[in-house]
Amino acid sequence: MVPPLPDLAVYVHWPYCARICPYCDFNVVRARGREAEAAALAEAVVADIEAQARRIGPRRLISIFFGGGTPSLMDPAALSRIVATAKSLFEPAPDLEITLEANPTDAEAERFRAFAEAGVQRLSLGVQSLDDAALEFLGRNHGAAEAERAARAAADAFPRLSIDLIYARPDQTVEGWRRELGQALDWAPEHVSPYQLTIEPTTAFGRAAARGQLRPPDDDLGADLYDATQAVLEEAGFEAYEVSNHARGEAARSRHNLAIWRGAEYLGAGPGAHGRVVLDGARTATVGARRITDYLAQVEKTGVGFEVAERLSPRDAAEERVLLGLRIDEGVALSALRALGLQTATAPVADLLEAGFLRIDSDRIAAMPAGRLVLDRVIAELLTA
Amino acid sequence: MTTPLSQIRNFSIVAHIDHGKSTLSDRLIQFTGGLTAREMTEQVLDNMEIERERGITIKAQTVRLNYKAKDGQTYVLNLMDTPGHVDFAYEVSRSLAACEGSILVVDASQGVEAQTLANVYQAIENNHEIVPVLNKIDLPAAEPARVRQQIEDVIGIDASDAVECSAKSGLGIEDVLEAVVTRLPAPKGDPSAPLKALLVDAWYDVYLGVVVLIRVIDGQLKPGQQIKMMQTGATYKVDTVGVFHPKATPVDSLNAGEVGYFTGQIKLVADAAVGDTITDEKKPTAQALPGFKEVQSVVFCGLFPVDAADFEDLRNAIGRLKLNDASFTYEMETSAALGFGFRCGFLGLLHLEIIQERLSREFNLDLIATAPSVVYRIGLTNKTEIELHNPADMPDPVKVDTIAEPWIKATIFTPDEYLGAVIKLCQDRRGEQRELSYVGSRAMVVYDLPLNEVVFDFYDRLKSISKGYASFDYEMIGYRQGDLVKMQILVNAEPVDALGMLVHRGRAETRGRAMVEKMKELIPPHMFQIPIQAAIGGKIIARETVRALRKDVTAKCYGGDATRKKKLLEKQKEGKKRMRQFGKVEIPQEAFIAALKMDED
Repeated sequence: MVPPLPDLAVYVHWPYCARICPYCDFNVVRARGREAEAAALAEAVVADIEAQARRIGPRRLISIFFGGGTPSLMDPAALSRIVATAKSLFEPAPDLEITLEANPTDAEAERFRAFAEAGVQRLSLGVQSLDDAALEFLGRNHGAAEAERAARAAADAFPRLSIDLIYARPDQTVEGWRRELGQALDWAPEHVSPYQLTIEPTTAFGRAAARGQLRPPDDDLGADLYDATQAVLEEAGFEAYEVSNHARGEAARSRHNLAIWRGAEYLGAGPGAHGRVVLDGARTATVGARRITDYLAQVEKTGVGFEVAERLSPRDAAEERVLLGLRIDEGVALSALRALGLQTATAPVADLLEAGFLRIDSDRIAAMPAGRLVLDRVIAELLTA
Repeated sequence: MTTPLSQIRNFSIVAHIDHGKSTLSDRLIQFTGGLTAREMTEQVLDNMEIERERGITIKAQTVRLNYKAKDGQTYVLNLMDTPGHVDFAYEVSRSLAACEGSILVVDASQGVEAQTLANVYQAIENNHEIVPVLNKIDLPAAEPARVRQQIEDVIGIDASDAVECSAKSGLGIEDVLEAVVTRLPAPKGDPSAPLKALLVDAWYDVYLGVVVLIRVIDGQLKPGQQIKMMQTGATYKVDTVGVFHPKATPVDSLNAGEVGYFTGQIKLVADAAVGDTITDEKKPTAQALPGFKEVQSVVFCGLFPVDAADFEDLRNAIGRLKLNDASFTYEMETSAALGFGFRCGFLGLLHLEIIQERLSREFNLDLIATAPSVVYRIGLTNKTEIELHNPADMPDPVKVDTIAEPWIKATIFTPDEYLGAVIKLCQDRRGEQRELSYVGSRAMVVYDLPLNEVVFDFYDRLKSISKGYASFDYEMIGYRQGDLVKMQILVNAEPVDALGMLVHRGRAETRGRAMVEKMKELIPPHMFQIPIQAAIGGKIIARETVRALRKDVTAKCYGGDATRKKKLLEKQKEGKKRMRQFGKVEIPQEAFIAALKMDED
């Protein structure tokens, strides 16, 4: 009998946006006037996946994820071609997940049907807020009513719907946030990703915060908002299977992101896309050329789009498994800790277990709810020991 | 060719810190042609970077000026630049002992300051003839008549014929030189007697080795001569003798009445003890000069490298500094909080600061200094007495009978409006008032104060309550018994050795409260709450709590974020080197530095 092929997820980065949000520090550019370049990029992504597939070898394809940027601005035909390419190069799993991130505007909602026909069956909708003033503050190009229309259209067009929200905005109250979150649940998503607003230094918000013009809630209120999030979603039947990800049942979880948190292989295509694939027998971190023109040139020159391919040492790989694995409810295999020279009977692991931040479940170790709230600290304790 | 005694004048300049002593010295050198204009860098005599920056003199220096006076004679003037701070009081006294007179420089707009007073009294004690000089006479704010009166009232010397000058513009410089020649006495001495010379100071020069600054009292010093240091008993052959112009210039001999330097096979600056008497080995003088004292450290503190890996660098740096500064002492110390370091003894707070700054500046070391501590005398129940340099070495309280602490006499000048605050500060610090008088609108208060209250943050508090106007000087007046106790700071129930201190029982709560409040601000939240306590023995006298961290988790962590997160962890790993582990608590080095800093409230 032939051994089963290893799983592979494919991530496609589409960097174009109609407008750049002031909190976003991803690799993004304004879309206007770049239609020809976008067409060339779609072709390059196809070529990149083909070239990487030759180097990676046969795999079982479990997910294709279109992220960005705003991949819902893509030509559905181009998306279809990328999907077809990936499916032809790898062996598609029967439950292959194809996710598209989308902005909730009327213009994009009109194309939901076309994307569904192109193969997308899971939509991740960047609603961010249900409050018009908050949406303006967040620099979004849609209002709450428009977002609701888009969400309803998405629920019709796709079997699976996930909603992104941003909380811990300045002046936000716990009560207001509970109400807002409850309203979003009325749209019947199977999956919700509420993210605490993070001020990144290289963004417009980061600069405003540095000038003292923006003051996000303090850690105490941040913690209260987080607790409220957990409570509202739990009551509505969602499982907090990751720090910021909640799903109604196992099947509603993001298979793509689970693959990443579990340390599976993922291929990254597109400008600045990260990948983790086994090349020449070693787990390798790849990073696509960040600028679009550089990426196009890189694909032209070398076939693949990544300009960095760093072989991870067993220790590096184990560190990644721990820092990602502890974010999900199933945790990480104890073998990953042992690979870092950590024992459960001694500090720091023993202390974290005793303090109720971590728990052991047969051969796995996972974060307790209290540990999840301070997970960065827990991870630092483990990985800087 | 030897200069007759009658044509020699040895003098020093006494002044408050920014009243223009260095500028005047430079002007005198320039006027007499010691240096060309091109060679005049700003303030020639203060060589060290720190000396220039702070406008203070740390090492005594001398310069020989040849001055053709109005009487037609050429005089040899030796200007002795003395350290101007109480920390170096002994060095100052030896420098003054090498001279017959002093110029008292007073800023004509500012008037007499506390430091002026201490220094001028020292000069008077050394039987100096004093010539008052009113500097900065050209400033619009100058009030020569008032300042003259003040000199007479406060210092008690005749100021009617004080010389008026402006070192900055060069006005009246010749008048100053004339006054030195006509009003200061010539040295006395016997050129034909056996060699007797005062060791004024010594330092290490990369080219010359150990350079010894001397004043010849009797006899003659020549290259090739075999000399003996009377205190240490060591003998050396003299290689070169010379004078400073201010550049080192070799001469054939140094004779009675003259000031100059010599070099020989002296390996360490510590071998040349300030105040020692130098004589001819074969034909020694009968009696050593009076006034010699062993170096005594007054203030101690621990110095530790911020990064434990720098310990060897610190050891080397301290060793090298010691080569050039015999007056500080050190021995290895181990602290649970701070790792390996050195317990160092200093002449005073300024000396401590200077050494610390030189270590970080000249040797590029990141240091943590523990709170300065004075030397306590502990009377044990077994009737013996020990000196305590480090609170960590405090014996078991049941074995302690008495504790005595050093006291100082502090002289403070302050504008009237701040007098109330100054008195309150002194009272709060257990001071006992000795004197209170007025000089115009300025008050002079004299207090006896325990030194341990002064090393804490007294000077900075004084500056802050008087908006910088109060001036302060002190002298040691001996030991007194006190109700002193050892206070510990406990972080998460563990005593932090580096923060332990001896305090007066009546002051313990205030000090303890201040310390735990500060530590509360400085220890970052952990995953659990951390009690911070001040305790005397088993009794808690102050307590604060660092709240547990509630939330610290990255909101988004997907593919590319893992790479970013790992980089961050690498940084945290680096940062951990600057942390000290206390049981389960990590205290950043910065917290120790800030907690031990004296200049904050």
